[in-house]
Amino acid sequence: MAEGQNFNWLDPFSSIDLGIAEHSDGIKQWAIEHREAIQPFKFFFDSLIQGIERGFLAVPPLVMLLILVVIAWQTAGRRTALYVAVALVVLGLLSPEAWPLAMTTLAIVVAAVILAVIIGLPLGIIAGKSDRFEAVLRPILDTMQTIPAFVYLVPVVMLIGIGNVAGVIVTIIFALAPLIRLTSLGIRSVNPSVVEAARAFGATPAQIMFKVELPMATPTIFAGLNQTIMLSLSMVVIASMISVRGLGNEVLRAMGRLDAGKAIVGGLGIVMLAIVLDRITQGLGRSGRDRGHRNWWQTGPIGLIVRLIDRK
Amino acid sequence: MGYKSQEAVIRCDGIWKVFGARAKDAIKAVKSGQLSKADVRDKLDCVVGVRDASFSVGRGEIFCIMGLSGSGKSTLIRHINRLIEPTDGAVYIEGRNVNAMGAKELRQLRAEKIGMVFQSMALMPHRNVRDNVAFALEVRGVPEAKRHQVAREAIEAVELTGWDLKYPDELSGGMQQRVGLARAIAANPSILLMDEPFSALDPLIRYQLQGTFMQLSADLHKTTLFITHDLDEAIRIGDRIAIMKDGVLVQIGTPEEIVTNPADDYVADFVGGISKLDLVTAAKVMQPLEKYRQSNHVQDVGGWPVARPEDKLNTLVDLSVGTNHPVLVKDGDLDIGVVTKDALLRGIQGGGERHSGKRGAH
Repeated sequence: MAEGQNFNWLDPFSSIDLGIAEHSDGIKQWAIEHREAIQPFKFFFDSLIQGIERGFLAVPPLVMLLILVVIAWQTAGRRTALYVAVALVVLGLLSPEAWPLAMTTLAIVVAAVILAVIIGLPLGIIAGKSDRFEAVLRPILDTMQTIPAFVYLVPVVMLIGIGNVAGVIVTIIFALAPLIRLTSLGIRSVNPSVVEAARAFGATPAQIMFKVELPMATPTIFAGLNQTIMLSLSMVVIASMISVRGLGNEVLRAMGRLDAGKAIVGGLGIVMLAIVLDRITQGLGRSGRDRGHRNWWQTGPIGLIVRLIDRK
Repeated sequence: MGYKSQEAVIRCDGIWKVFGARAKDAIKAVKSGQLSKADVRDKLDCVVGVRDASFSVGRGEIFCIMGLSGSGKSTLIRHINRLIEPTDGAVYIEGRNVNAMGAKELRQLRAEKIGMVFQSMALMPHRNVRDNVAFALEVRGVPEAKRHQVAREAIEAVELTGWDLKYPDELSGGMQQRVGLARAIAANPSILLMDEPFSALDPLIRYQLQGTFMQLSADLHKTTLFITHDLDEAIRIGDRIAIMKDGVLVQIGTPEEIVTNPADDYVADFVGGISKLDLVTAAKVMQPLEKYRQSNHVQDVGGWPVARPEDKLNTLVDLSVGTNHPVLVKDGDLDIGVVTKDALLRGIQGGGERHSGKRGAH
């Protein structure tokens, strides 16, 4: 701190230096020192992600396309299934390599979203129940959502090293917040008189959670899941900077070479993937009333099969 | 008349509910008469919800608590199944202190002994009618087949047969409250708590549902605590009525007692507009036969219309029409009193007590 003679009272900040940046750089050192401890986790998650990726790539594109269309039909209806089919065909026709690259990206997104749900759903439920926990969590979520990804890119790479696992972690940091926020919101907006009725009829706290609160919060939670998936996809280009392969990497390389054509192919591929995932998860989030109060086994391809079996 | 219960199924013993951090201080202050309700609010930042409520409800009795919104009646009913903890006092159900129960025992009591109906219906939108009705059985772990059978019977009892698999948002308000009623009776509880169940419904549907409820109540003979802000409803349904004002039970009595003998001006204002025709009995408006004879020199009562002491004004009107004689009141073979046309008209107007002797009270 430069004390004394040229301290300007009207502009105090320019003459005070607390050295925050230098201190914070210590996190890098800390990360490097703890590298060894993290290796088993890294190995586990790396094999998980690779397993998912290999699985996706092993399925022939046309079969994969049909599987996705059938899933869309089941969750969101026939019209959306058609929409998803068109998006997937466009994705495949973008370039000969587009399909395998998209599957790699899909594997990263799926792994990130699975982990985000495992972390985010319980945290969101606790936040929905406890005002204090929500108060503590909220600034952390704000930070995760707004801090530029490049800031935590370096420490994460120092700790874990480049590759898929670091990519997934960076993606989760960015994409986790809406799932927690909307799970909390969903739990909080459950009609309190219904919860009171459940108590009046002798339900235990766990029964109230699983039979009343979670089912009634489901559409809101799925809206959060949808947002988390969309944000994960928007991270794929940044994640490719730490050597995550897939469509994001194409865009990054095309930028380096000022290759607009290749960037458009990669970018449109991400958009098509986003459309497919968005429509499927939006279908999941529709409330019972929107679906005409039919159960999942009464609609879509499964409903068709059930009806065919019934007829015999 | 007069409801004589051998056994108090629900007994509230000096229930106080004060909301706020310094509730105990507030009770002390109010009890010792230092502070009024407004003082408590301003000086201690506490709100008195229920103030020293004591009453008991006998087996099979329908006990109405009538009060305007904000009088504390919904707070009071939630003490019965301990959805709200009292600040002071205790609730006994069939002799057991509800406030001393552990969590498990309390849940068992709620699931097996008490059914509750809410003004807001509070049905679960993600469950169909059958699963809503069977909820209390489900949380108790009753097997599915049994649950469905019980639910079907309860749905039949509220005249909703065939709607089992519909969802609450596919039903009208009146039908939804029928589901609420079915849910409350499905577990065959001995006590029903009705928290303004029909207040949110339009008048015609309300009247119908009151009818359904009274029919059910006559068949099932459940001990019922019924909250309402509608005095007509309280009089139609209740065996006894408690009037609640600002958290205090101002008066407890049969509908006739409340209407003919209001405890204070507040109750009197309330009952002023109520039709006395089906409430007030001949015993209330008659004068002793001897007194009548002395002032009117009448010997022969042979051609007079005859009524019993428990006949309502409505019956007396029917008897009086088409004759110039007063109505003779007979208890068995004994001539006990006379209801003149003047007394009858005054009775309808609500001023019957001027002529009623000491015989009115039952």
